[in-house]
Amino acid sequence: MISEILNMNGYGAYVLSSFLFTLVSFGILYSVIKIQLNKELKIFETKFNNLEIEKAEIAKKQKTYREILAITSASKI
Amino acid sequence: MLNYFNPGNTIKIISKLQKFVFALFIAVLILGLAEALILSPEDYKQSDSVRIMYVHVPAAWISLGIFTVISILSFGILIFKNKNFSLITKSLAPSGFVFNIIALVTGSIWGKPTWGTWWAWDARITSMLLLAIFYLMFMMSWKIVDKENVAIKLSSYIAIFGLINIPIIKFSVDWWSTLHQPSSVNVLKETTIHTSMLVPLGIMTAAFALFSLLIFLMKYNTELLKIKNKGLDRL
Repeated sequence: MISEILNMNGYGAYVLSSFLFTLVSFGILYSVIKIQLNKELKIFETKFNNLEIEKAEIAKKQKTYREILAITSASKI
Repeated sequence: MLNYFNPGNTIKIISKLQKFVFALFIAVLILGLAEALILSPEDYKQSDSVRIMYVHVPAAWISLGIFTVISILSFGILIFKNKNFSLITKSLAPSGFVFNIIALVTGSIWGKPTWGTWWAWDARITSMLLLAIFYLMFMMSWKIVDKENVAIKLSSYIAIFGLINIPIIKFSVDWWSTLHQPSSVNVLKETTIHTSMLVPLGIMTAAFALFSLLIFLMKYNTELLKIKNKGLDRL
């Protein structure tokens, strides 16, 4: 039964390699974008933690910075 | 919708939606894979090789759709000088490019058992390759050019110029004698594909669209963070 499904009347290698290529491409793209996102979040955390208190307070007043702080560990400091 | 994607809202949207979109994508993909690989029937002519259609066609559709959106927004960038549009186009390009590559590679794999060759310089395939080159040039313009304003203009011109290629891809199978078959799914004309194959095709297209949405949201967030990180230096 399983070998029949995998064989696909002799087209299994073509069909499965197409699906595999697609899924691997998805995995690579997702990983690359996730790494880039985490890298920028880390840069933000480092920069924010090194800000002077007054500058940090100014940043906290801006909506976008508040939202970034809500998703990074910098907000807990 | 474009107002919703302003820098003030995006991070909140992504943190709320990212997990939901990812979970939905996985669920729809599993359903689509089951339909495409097991439940859908084989074709009377192409036998089981027709199953490649369930990854090839949605990938081609989405890569074409994304490039069209990038091109239209590029007009907006040049006319209205809207920088948010450039952020959106920059975030859309990676998934569009990857879908373009998937369409080319799976098309090549499908070509071997169907036409007896991995590659042919036929109008549809060549114009799809040209689209990949436009995607590459669009993304490279951001990498190569240091000045942001120049990169925005250059990438916009590339996208607008590349728009000429979109109708060529669409109608290439009608205008020229090609190895590639004409469209089976049509909006204006009668669709020549059976429901038992149309349903898995629709599910896989939905899964691919959800994946491109997920990548877009993550990439947009990344680009936004880059801007905000530069902003922290200026405080």
